[in-house]
Amino acid sequence: MTTFRFEKFAGVGLLLVIWEIVARYKLLFFLGIIKMEGLAFPPTIPSVAEAFYQDVLDGTMTLSIGYSIFHLLIGLIGAVLLGIPLGILTGWSKRAEYIIDPIIQIIRPIPPLAWIPIAIMMFGLTHQAAGFIIFIGAFFPVVVNTYSGVRGTDRKLVEMAKTLGANEMNLLTKVVLPYSTPMITSGVRISLGVGWMCVVAAEMFGVSKYGLGWKIPYYSNIFMYDHVFAYMLVLGLIGYGMDIIFKRFESWKLRWRETI
Amino acid sequence: MLVIIHLTKKFDGYTALEDVSLEVNDGEFVCILGPSGCGKTTLLRLAAGLDFPTKGELFLDGRRIVGVNNECGFVFQEYVLFPWRTVIGNIEFGPEMKGVRKDERNRIAQHYIDLVGLRGFENNYPHELSGGMKQRVGIARAYANNPKLLLMDEPFGALDAQTRNLMQGELLRIWEKEHISALFVTHSVDEAVYLADRIVVMSARPGTIKEIFNIDIPHPRIRTSQEANLIRDRVLKSLGTEIEHARNK
Repeated sequence: MTTFRFEKFAGVGLLLVIWEIVARYKLLFFLGIIKMEGLAFPPTIPSVAEAFYQDVLDGTMTLSIGYSIFHLLIGLIGAVLLGIPLGILTGWSKRAEYIIDPIIQIIRPIPPLAWIPIAIMMFGLTHQAAGFIIFIGAFFPVVVNTYSGVRGTDRKLVEMAKTLGANEMNLLTKVVLPYSTPMITSGVRISLGVGWMCVVAAEMFGVSKYGLGWKIPYYSNIFMYDHVFAYMLVLGLIGYGMDIIFKRFESWKLRWRETI
Repeated sequence: MLVIIHLTKKFDGYTALEDVSLEVNDGEFVCILGPSGCGKTTLLRLAAGLDFPTKGELFLDGRRIVGVNNECGFVFQEYVLFPWRTVIGNIEFGPEMKGVRKDERNRIAQHYIDLVGLRGFENNYPHELSGGMKQRVGIARAYANNPKLLLMDEPFGALDAQTRNLMQGELLRIWEKEHISALFVTHSVDEAVYLADRIVVMSARPGTIKEIFNIDIPHPRIRTSQEANLIRDRVLKSLGTEIEHARNK
């Protein structure tokens, strides 16, 4: 899973080399893709490193990472706390599914960006507003996966539990939930990724002066692409790191599974 | 013990069981043989209360069976173990549902783990076990719930021939220690002749009881003995015509 493989570094290394060549020799300008010669776009790797270093030194980077993770956690915790029970309810009861499913299906395609006015109306320029946008992105994978997991519970296991004396509550907590845990967990993992992708949408309208998602449009507006790139890379790396940690947790938690 | 009176079960469009009456006595081992689709499994499901009869009634120790009860221990061909629970966790499930204290149900589970010969595998997950071991867990789990009746639906059907013979012997050994009545569905005449006090041969769909054979050969039986062969022959003949019927339909 996260074993050391030469190829992993080779791919990234090649990409960095290409990036550096394109940046250093201003290939995008000479190819006519961008029009302004003076524009440092894409920025060179050293300049991005320099920008990163500067923002780490004055604390902007650290605070931004902290705020973004804070916003992510608000949204993700909300998504888990609401999404899992709702998924269980719709998966467990046909009637609940009839009532709730159409609502979910209508709201689901609305992109998190479209919720910004509502977030501002409801919460003002607060961390909750940012958390709400992330919640919108993270909520649906949790609900849908929980629903599928519950609905897909092996009928034989349920019957077996019944013959062993399980009541409705036992069936839910001792059979259906454990059975659905892999699906729910992968739903949460998708939510983690989607929620993190919503960080820019969640912070761009200015809930605070820090945040990875706030800094990217901010530096972009003042043409400081070296800083923009630094923040984009940090977003990418943290997202990747969180996914690795989550996968580790998942495979430990679900070690009862037969895996290939 | 188990009394089945004029039992009929219809599903949409077909009759699975028709007018089946049968008694399983205390501590008796009854095998049910019949062609595929003759309602053997349906009969077990009705006895467990997992399905409701269309007509007729079932009684367990004088009480009518309505809905699922935890007095029947079900053992399925596909084991149906809880994959997220360890061996001991699976066996403890029944007592856990009854609210038995942790140390007590541990003791119960350990007793049956020893009985089925799974000592040392308490903390393994089902996917780490062989088919025979999985079914040992299945049997131990049924026993640990202290059932009045064991319902076994081709429990050894998925095992290879050698493991199967071994498990039949094991089952008898356990059954002699913990004398619980058993209703055992199988496709194998050999198995039935080796295990049963009585063999019930069912007819092709709709399933009715065609013939009942009493087997008085004492245990342990010798699979190739004269008497065993004689009974096997009679059972096979009885079953053969039904399999023929089932095929012609």
